[in-house]
Amino acid sequence: MKYIDEFRDRKVVQALAQEIRKASTQPVKLMEVCGGHTMSIQKFGIPALLPGTVELISGPGCPVCVTSRSYIDKAIAYSQQKDVIIATYGDLIRVPGSESSLEKEHAGGAQIRVVYSVMDALQIAREHPQKKIVFLGIGFETTAPGSAVAILQAYREKLTNFFVFSAHKVMPPAMSALIDEGVKINGYIGPGHVSTITGMKIYEGIPAKYGLGVVISGFEPVDLMQSILMLIKQIETGNTRVEIQYKRAVKPEGNVKAQQMMNEVFEPADDWWRGLGVLKESGLKLRSKYSAHDAEVNISADGMVPLREPKGCICGEVLKGLKKPKDCRLFGKVCTPRDPVGSCMVSSEGACQAYYLYNR
Amino acid sequence: MCLSIPAKIEKINGETAVCSVGGSTYEANLMMLSVEELEPGDYVLIHTGFAIQKLDKDEAEASLEAFADFKKLNEEMDREENEKNQRLI
Ligand code: SF4
Repeated sequence: MKYIDEFRDRKVVQALAQEIRKASTQPVKLMEVCGGHTMSIQKFGIPALLPGTVELISGPGCPVCVTSRSYIDKAIAYSQQKDVIIATYGDLIRVPGSESSLEKEHAGGAQIRVVYSVMDALQIAREHPQKKIVFLGIGFETTAPGSAVAILQAYREKLTNFFVFSAHKVMPPAMSALIDEGVKINGYIGPGHVSTITGMKIYEGIPAKYGLGVVISGFEPVDLMQSILMLIKQIETGNTRVEIQYKRAVKPEGNVKAQQMMNEVFEPADDWWRGLGVLKESGLKLRSKYSAHDAEVNISADGMVPLREPKGCICGEVLKGLKKPKDCRLFGKVCTPRDPVGSCMVSSEGACQAYYLYNR
Repeated sequence: MCLSIPAKIEKINGETAVCSVGGSTYEANLMMLSVEELEPGDYVLIHTGFAIQKLDKDEAEASLEAFADFKKLNEEMDREENEKNQRLI
């Protein structure tokens, strides 16, 4: 397939591995912040290609993983209102809440629809004017503009039965928070598809404040190996900065049109991240102009159960790169993708699932 | 969910496009891009039903050219290793 196969060339990967071996003289820890990278790295066996000096650790870039259980609890409470239809990406459906999951509620008769795109949720709203459609908006800067497009469209069409329950988040505060907390890393493999939207500017604080490099990477093995090489070279020469490896998809300025729509609809708000707690201005909430489409303003969450976190799950530590999935006593025994205990095992972008599937 | 796939635009109908990936076709919403700048044959990244960026052909080719040099280097090293019967690195 075009734009994929060329970036999987084994010979090129091997050559890059040799270059990395040559360039790397000191031990480094590089963090990939994007869950998509975590998955690719495990799937393509990247760690085995690297010299002993280079360690990769996964970060907080899996949207399902960092989202709080109380978000699921609230979505379930919404689903129990009789005129509500929940529309959600498939990723969320099996995530355990404190007492139940959307999947279980669905089996029990709640109206929950899995959609591929937020535009499908908008269509459900058009077709069911007597129902309230609540779309579960999770994801980072890659996904948030889609929710913005849908809200703008609903606003224009006066579609008063379309609501978004936003847990959208932005990446940079988490990247800073990790370093502030003392997690020791030497550079970031920057999230490719987030950056497609945001461009490279949002990361400039990382080299400026912490002296760490950020290389925005694609998702194929050649992309990842080249990004690692670029980071190693930055570290070895002491010239740390923001660079783009994934140039075919990421422009320095990003996708300005998408940014504008996102800014029109959302404003920054403090938000809670698994492992990191509340981070200032790390979430996106609907601006008051669009509050008619804000689920939290308009839909009752009566009956929401109190928050209960599972015992033994170290997903928060995994998301900070402090522990590996295999350090969890539940990993692969009690907690499996079929029967997940924590969110890091549910999502295909979660580190626990990626390790379970490719690196057990 | 953060996954995005490169897809080829087959046909543009107003603000949506029919795109193909491998053998399958997808509808992509074009509202995040400037439709005037797109035409059939272009590749776009699709994410949750939206085309989020047009893939830059020149940049992709530039990368591939750089990789071709790596590949050559790798092949030379392979040959040398075989001749000397020892690993270089
Ligand atoms: S293996 Fe399961 S229980 Fe353990 S940290 Fe991962 S998600 Fe949590």
